[in-house]
Amino acid sequence: MHELSIAHALVETAVASLPPAGVARVLSVHVRLGALSGVVRQALEFCYGMATENTPLAGSTLLVEEVPALAFCPECCADREVGAALALSCPVCGALCKGLTSGKDLDLLSLEIELLETPADGGA
Amino acid sequence: MTTRVLEIRKNVLSKNDEAARALRSHLHARGILTLNLVSSPGAGKTRLLEELLRRMHTRGLRPAALTGDLATDNDARRIASSGAPVRQINTVNRCHLEAEMIREHLAAWNPGAFHFLFIENVGNLVCPSSYDLGEDIRLALLSVAEGEDKPLKYPTLFNSADVAVITKIDLAAACEFDEPAALANLNAVRAGIRVFRTSAKTGEGLDELIAFLTAERAARTPA
Repeated sequence: MHELSIAHALVETAVASLPPAGVARVLSVHVRLGALSGVVRQALEFCYGMATENTPLAGSTLLVEEVPALAFCPECCADREVGAALALSCPVCGALCKGLTSGKDLDLLSLEIELLETPADGGA
Repeated sequence: MTTRVLEIRKNVLSKNDEAARALRSHLHARGILTLNLVSSPGAGKTRLLEELLRRMHTRGLRPAALTGDLATDNDARRIASSGAPVRQINTVNRCHLEAEMIREHLAAWNPGAFHFLFIENVGNLVCPSSYDLGEDIRLALLSVAEGEDKPLKYPTLFNSADVAVITKIDLAAACEFDEPAALANLNAVRAGIRVFRTSAKTGEGLDELIAFLTAERAARTPA
């Protein structure tokens, strides 16, 4: 179970991506998780609260977008879902697929932040 | 309340990946071929290294090893019997090695010049697959006692490997090991993967593996 290490790496990457000033709080953290990333979604969600404690991400929501494992089938000329079992044969025609085209994703996509209220500019 | 969405699009392990890239170029500049050995606990990583390093050290091929475990320095002491320089990494309950741990341990170690760095990862078929350690070649070990379907059960790890090493081949008959099935399963998750059949006990396959590693190093090291 290395999801706590992954959660810490996620927090570190997110904190490094925040602007130096002007952030009131982080509302949500959006990640893409591939079926072959080796990371279990439920375990990551379980660790997220612990990993964000006492960081600028405390209290934020983790939003996980799951990405299927796809491989290119040369017979169908299309990406086919090969499932986490990684048997690289096309589920439609049975041909041996080339390489994986997606499924190893473990990406921080975006952060939703709340900005500090700045006093309205006085003006003419 | 004003909210904003910041687009980041960055791999969560990018810090490890950057550390691994830096480590790889550092090691390449010194003519070192780096190997990352992954397997389940008990597949025979330490035993294979003992015998591999003993042979390579005796032949002046200059191997060295870093061995990772949650606790104890038993493996380092065992591999050190080969005569090659060895250093233990205790991960303190962490289930895998990371590139930064390798960098730290290399920086604090002066084993003299070496040409091959073997990294024995923590015995685990899940977590180490995510972490690049700056290796040139990832070797996944599969012992004949484990069952031919291990590659299908842990596809992510076997898919991330460059080479598969079947270990304890001397026990194949006793374990009723179905070698064609094992090879088919390895190829199902990693088409065309190079496979070595070894026994650290009888020495079978070790010279072929050493010849392969020596050729790989020669191919990557500028003359």
